Amino acid sequence: MSGTILTLALDVAQITLALAAVLAGWRILRGPRAQDRVLGLDTLYVTAMLLFLVTGLRYGSVFFFETAMVIGVMGFVATVALAKFLIRGEVIE
Amino acid sequence: MSRLVPHPFLTLGLVLIWLMLTRFSLGHLLLGMLVAVIAGWAMSALQPERPRLRRGSAIPRLLGIVAWDILRSNAAVAWLILTGSRGGTRRSGFLHVPLRLRHPSALAVLAIIVTATPGTAWLEYDQESGVLLLHVFDLVDKAQWLDLIQNRYEARLLEIFE
Amino acid sequence: MSHLDTVPLWAAIPAALLVLLGSGLTLLGTIGLVRLNGFYDRLHAPTLGTSWGTLGIVLASVILFSTLEHRPVLHDVLIGLFVTVTTPVTLMLLGRAALHRDRAEQAPGVPPAMLHPPTSEQVPLEQSP
Repeated sequence: MSGTILTLALDVAQITLALAAVLAGWRILRGPRAQDRVLGLDTLYVTAMLLFLVTGLRYGSVFFFETAMVIGVMGFVATVALAKFLIRGEVIE
Repeated sequence: MSRLVPHPFLTLGLVLIWLMLTRFSLGHLLLGMLVAVIAGWAMSALQPERPRLRRGSAIPRLLGIVAWDILRSNAAVAWLILTGSRGGTRRSGFLHVPLRLRHPSALAVLAIIVTATPGTAWLEYDQESGVLLLHVFDLVDKAQWLDLIQNRYEARLLEIFE
Repeated sequence: MSHLDTVPLWAAIPAALLVLLGSGLTLLGTIGLVRLNGFYDRLHAPTLGTSWGTLGIVLASVILFSTLEHRPVLHDVLIGLFVTVTTPVTLMLLGRAALHRDRAEQAPGVPPAMLHPPTSEQVPLEQSP
């Protein structure tokens, strides 16, 4: 009983988050300006991180947690570097 | 004691994080404490001035208020997105908020609160004049938003930090 | 018979609801990201995913792994903490980048720079000694 409920909920959540990732990707492709694309990229990273957490729950594996953490850190660094680049025109001063 | 553990909250937090990431055992507790104490020394080498709490007892109340506000504003922004911005009548806008808060740690906490609640975005802070530039998603009444930032959050942060 | 069948019902129902709430709010955030007009409006949309979107999924994860392993498994809380602390930094920097670029282009409707524009060393999150 609880297995059926959880499997259904986690599958729906995976599809929902995948759809959210596609929409964030649409904003990256569409722009129109550079800051819109960076915002889309940041959202895509967060969504991918959440998708990995849900996938880890679905398959009962703790290893997805580490992957999610790495994606989160990478997304943070990437967005900060890109935003700095938009302000200054260079990343490392 | 203060020489050995210059940043008690940081050290305690790091021990807790270490235990969260691993299974609880005596070995991990000792190893985590070792790492946390060394990190505390490193922190005091980096930053000689440490944040001082005046009334730590006000923190749980602020946390509760913020959690409730995040929940409420999530629902508000989600509803605005679902209904197509109330049929196109929603107006967003910029808002200048003069702040009395000067403590860097307190400002960092305020930045987290403002950003974590959907509907307000922290854009710019001028250190000289202490004016904060916000962007508000649903700017119906400017005075109401000013009251929210200044009285609901800032006043409590002024009470907590020295 | 998967590992999910061993979860008691009293833990399964709240976890399922929290997962659906979290992923639903994240999707709503990205729908806003696509539908809203103007960068500053769109800046608000992803915060749905980074506040209660993340919190819902993290709470569900804590509930499920704790009941599966019969001990408190709290490492997912760290992801929640991490997202809470880093989102202000990224969104603030992006907002400032957009302001900077709009002012350079003299776009209409953007507030002028303040008298003492903050330099990157004065961002409140970076505590300079």
